[in-house]
Amino acid sequence: MTAPLLEVQDLSTWLDTGSGTVRAVDHVSFAVYPGETFALLGESGCGKSMTALSLLRLLPDAGRIVGGAVRFGGTDLLALTEAQMRQVRGRDMAIIFQEPATSLNPVLTVGSQIGEVLARHRGLAGGAARERTVQLLVQVGIPDPQRRLDEYPFQLSGGMKQRVMIAMALAGEPRLLIADEPTTALDVTIQAQVLELLARLQAERCMAMLLITHDLGIVAQIAHRVGVMYAGELVESAPRQAFFAAPRHPYARKLFAALPRPERRGAALDTIPGGVPPLTKVFKGCRFAERCPEAWERCHAEVPAWHEAGEGHGVRCHLYDRGSGIGNQRPAGAGERMVEQTMPARDADTPAKPLLEVRDLKVHFPIRKGVFKRTVDYVKAVDGVSLELHAGRTLALVGESGSGKTTAGKAILQLLRPTAGRVRFEGQELTGLSSAQLRPLRSAMQIVFQDPYASLDPRMRVGDTIEEGVAALGLGRRRSAELLDKVGLAADMRGRYPHEFSGGQRQRIAIARALSVNPRLIVCDEPTSALDVSVQAQILNLLKELQDSLGLSYLFITHNIAVVDYLAHEVAVMYLGRIVERGSVHEILRAPKHPYTEALLSAVPRIDGESRRPVIILKGDMPSPVNPPSGCHFHPRCPQAMDVCRKDYPGETRLSDTRSVHCHLFR
Amino acid sequence: MRPVLLATDVLIFVLIAAVIGAGFYVRRQEYLLASWRRVGESRAGMAALTVLMAFLAVGLLDSLHYRPRLQGTNGESGIGYATEVRSVLDAVLMPLRNRAEKTYSAPLATHLYAKETVEMPDGKQARVFPRLRHGGAHLQDPEAQWGVDVAWKTARGVVLAAAAWVVLAALAARLAARHWRVGWGAAWRRLWRGETRFAWNAVLATAGALLLLAGPTASLAVDYHVLGTDKVGQDVLYLTLKSIRTALVIGTITTLAMLPFAVVLGIVAGYVGGWVDDAIQYIYTTLNSIPAVLLIAAAVLMMQVVIDTHPEWFATAAERADARLLALCLILGVTSWTGLCRLLRAETLKLRELEYVQAAQAFGVSSLRIMARHILPNVMHIVLIALVMDFSGLVLAEAVLSYVGIGVDPTTISFGTMINTARMELAREPIVWWPLAAAFVFMFVLVLAANLFSDAVRDGFDPRTHLRPRRGRVPGVVA
Repeated sequence: MTAPLLEVQDLSTWLDTGSGTVRAVDHVSFAVYPGETFALLGESGCGKSMTALSLLRLLPDAGRIVGGAVRFGGTDLLALTEAQMRQVRGRDMAIIFQEPATSLNPVLTVGSQIGEVLARHRGLAGGAARERTVQLLVQVGIPDPQRRLDEYPFQLSGGMKQRVMIAMALAGEPRLLIADEPTTALDVTIQAQVLELLARLQAERCMAMLLITHDLGIVAQIAHRVGVMYAGELVESAPRQAFFAAPRHPYARKLFAALPRPERRGAALDTIPGGVPPLTKVFKGCRFAERCPEAWERCHAEVPAWHEAGEGHGVRCHLYDRGSGIGNQRPAGAGERMVEQTMPARDADTPAKPLLEVRDLKVHFPIRKGVFKRTVDYVKAVDGVSLELHAGRTLALVGESGSGKTTAGKAILQLLRPTAGRVRFEGQELTGLSSAQLRPLRSAMQIVFQDPYASLDPRMRVGDTIEEGVAALGLGRRRSAELLDKVGLAADMRGRYPHEFSGGQRQRIAIARALSVNPRLIVCDEPTSALDVSVQAQILNLLKELQDSLGLSYLFITHNIAVVDYLAHEVAVMYLGRIVERGSVHEILRAPKHPYTEALLSAVPRIDGESRRPVIILKGDMPSPVNPPSGCHFHPRCPQAMDVCRKDYPGETRLSDTRSVHCHLFR
Repeated sequence: MRPVLLATDVLIFVLIAAVIGAGFYVRRQEYLLASWRRVGESRAGMAALTVLMAFLAVGLLDSLHYRPRLQGTNGESGIGYATEVRSVLDAVLMPLRNRAEKTYSAPLATHLYAKETVEMPDGKQARVFPRLRHGGAHLQDPEAQWGVDVAWKTARGVVLAAAAWVVLAALAARLAARHWRVGWGAAWRRLWRGETRFAWNAVLATAGALLLLAGPTASLAVDYHVLGTDKVGQDVLYLTLKSIRTALVIGTITTLAMLPFAVVLGIVAGYVGGWVDDAIQYIYTTLNSIPAVLLIAAAVLMMQVVIDTHPEWFATAAERADARLLALCLILGVTSWTGLCRLLRAETLKLRELEYVQAAQAFGVSSLRIMARHILPNVMHIVLIALVMDFSGLVLAEAVLSYVGIGVDPTTISFGTMINTARMELAREPIVWWPLAAAFVFMFVLVLAANLFSDAVRDGFDPRTHLRPRRGRVPGVVA
């Protein structure tokens, strides 16, 4: 084997914070070889990003590297001066960050930002630099690069910005590219584009890549080797195939088990109890012992050593101590232990009368201009959505950001006044009601929001937050203790403030708040997208349990197909303010008809990465809802577009009792 | 004597009651308490607060007004009261107040600053600097005795101050010892080495420094004019101490006057939006584009006319001057709410879109209730920071306005009127520098302390100092 390009040994990084010293990275060792993608996998707060920043020595002020060695192509990076280090950054290693929107300077053109790197590391200026910039933009797949060169970041979409970031990183021709959650902020179809680009560039340039992610699917798609981090430590390291065939560490196995999957419908998801321990304390035993189902006394008393568990497969766990021999008994595979359950009987029969009926719902936001604020145009955020939801069932509203799903959800609850259309809830028309008339109905429909940090008032005690609805609607009895119990929190947490809770706990509180008024419909607006996988599993289990016991209906707004597959009964796919396809979860997810649905589903990274399906890479981005394309909104990106698609918006084609699609292919 | 409640006195006491009430409220609110604790940890902030407290004590003493009883002049007509309104501070400083000289005298001087023609014992007339009536009058031979006398009195003051400080420190140590259940010595070491969360050592050190200044000053003030006298022979130390109340009144009551405008209009504009927002924005942009001095001048002159045409409203000259002071506060308040209003509108616009507000809307909670329960508590830190920061600006504004002649009543003693008269004194030959210097130093210390304290408050309430745990990478790192 060739020598490793990057060799990290016993790297330790500490952060000094108000609550003590955080051992963010604790004796982490790994190596990245040329031409290889090494993925660091783990939940938030496990020290992945700190590791990356330590390699570049770009730590925040409070952070310092307290030990270990980082060798890059033979040189010890930790021994370099700051001036020498500047030479390394960008030329030898480059980094791309999660949020493309804040990684580019908004007041400089794309060309000048890439030119800066070229001038610094390649000594190029003027015409030569411009020529090279164009080449780079072509490489990262930006159409019309000559024009884009002189544009500002705000003129680019999110995916384009991330491409520009990649072009900037490549400008120094680095031998190692560090990608810190490069696609987390992007939509799934754009994510597919960017992942494909990264894989291609890496193969072309024989570049090494250190990929930091929390998404097993991405790892399965492009990594060669995987390192799993937990609480600042590397707990497992293996080649991809070996890892996905049989993850060894209990934490890694739990991560797999917590993923929502269609096979697990009806069954509760495996969860990891508790959360990542605070890194301020000194650990006596294994860091995962508190949450580990297989822990025994030794795990609490003794720090596990690194054990080899196969070809290039290492794991930090007492189970694999050569002496004990327990480890090899249960190399539980990713696909194992799946409970094959038949669908609950409820899936099949459909109650006659829908709980919620939406017809041609439209929400248009006026664009005002000029002194007199005249309306010059409309943003057609929701443009004719029709759907039905029956009692005790879950309808998933799927789409990428900007497709109008959240707006539709809010308009259904009359939090936004719809421009046109009808919303009937239990037979009663909601549109046109005054807010006083709506108040008695408010208790029947509730909402759970995406960001658990923004959805609780930081200045209110949890008990008051939960009881607010009861007080506002005059429903009498206050029962925050009971509700907290119902969502799995202790009743004596009533008197605390939100900042004392973790993201998952906050989301439970938000659910308790919605439940307080005994609703029959809950609109869940991406309730798990801000949470880690193991916490997401807890919340999904809770939602499912509540549905079974209380007969709730969910309108589940999400972009996460795996969650849909696990939880939903019916699916409606939205594109640019309209529903393009609608049907039961089996029909849509197993046999998508609309080209957009097909592309969306194929773009989702799967953890059973071996059975590689062809990923349909969509061209370009979603158009603006201000002036949607003529004819079918999807035709500019559609691989099967015909002439008629450019002229007319396709009408509804019913394919079965439950299923309809808007596409000229099925006329 | 008969107590007199001037309008500004009432407002000051209401304000202090409100602050004490807010203190009790804060004790029950954990998040507020945490922020205030952080303020309490700031050494500079607590030192500044100690200085502010000293100023406040002087201002409060000066706010307890009364009319002294006249000694039976008119026989049987009963008890008469003087038309002159005094304050407790006046009573304390009675010696300073009554011992007026003829005209200017330099700090600690024994002779006047201007030559006079006096008749010598031998019948000839000479132009000399005459002895002061009060300043150093006890000295037989000023030339020889002055130095020794001043040094001795300073030393006496220092010793007294040191003694007072030791008593204060012992008291603090005793309280701390009882609180922690340790010995006095151990408690004192903890206090002094800053091993407490609250910056007690900064408070004690500042109190010590203040005492070291105040002790000798008081000791000397018995026989001398420590800061000299002004044109009509009034003691400058007395004038500066009297100015403190005016500055505090302007700084605090003005904010009280502006607060309802800023908070109500700002939150309503941000939350309700639409034409209400347009209307409120129109009002404050219009108000903002009128030069403030012009507006204040016009309003003050109008007030003056009203006051002058209704002499029957006011029983005493002090009440009339006070009415003008109050009017100035209100006018300043009405012209200065726009900045805070703008800030609050912007913050409310942001908060309105937050999900907990939308969750409340989904419950059908009324707009008024959402504004009061969700928006107001979440913008309070901005209000507080703005108030503390505005205070120093307003104290300076009063000085400027009085200098221009549209500030407080000419009979009201204030830093502004002192600086205004200093104009002529600086043009005089030889120059009279002490009234200006005294006003400058006192005002500088007051404003500096207010600024340092407001910095500490801002840091304490800054959300960045206690960042919520975020997902993903640490912010503030560049590629």
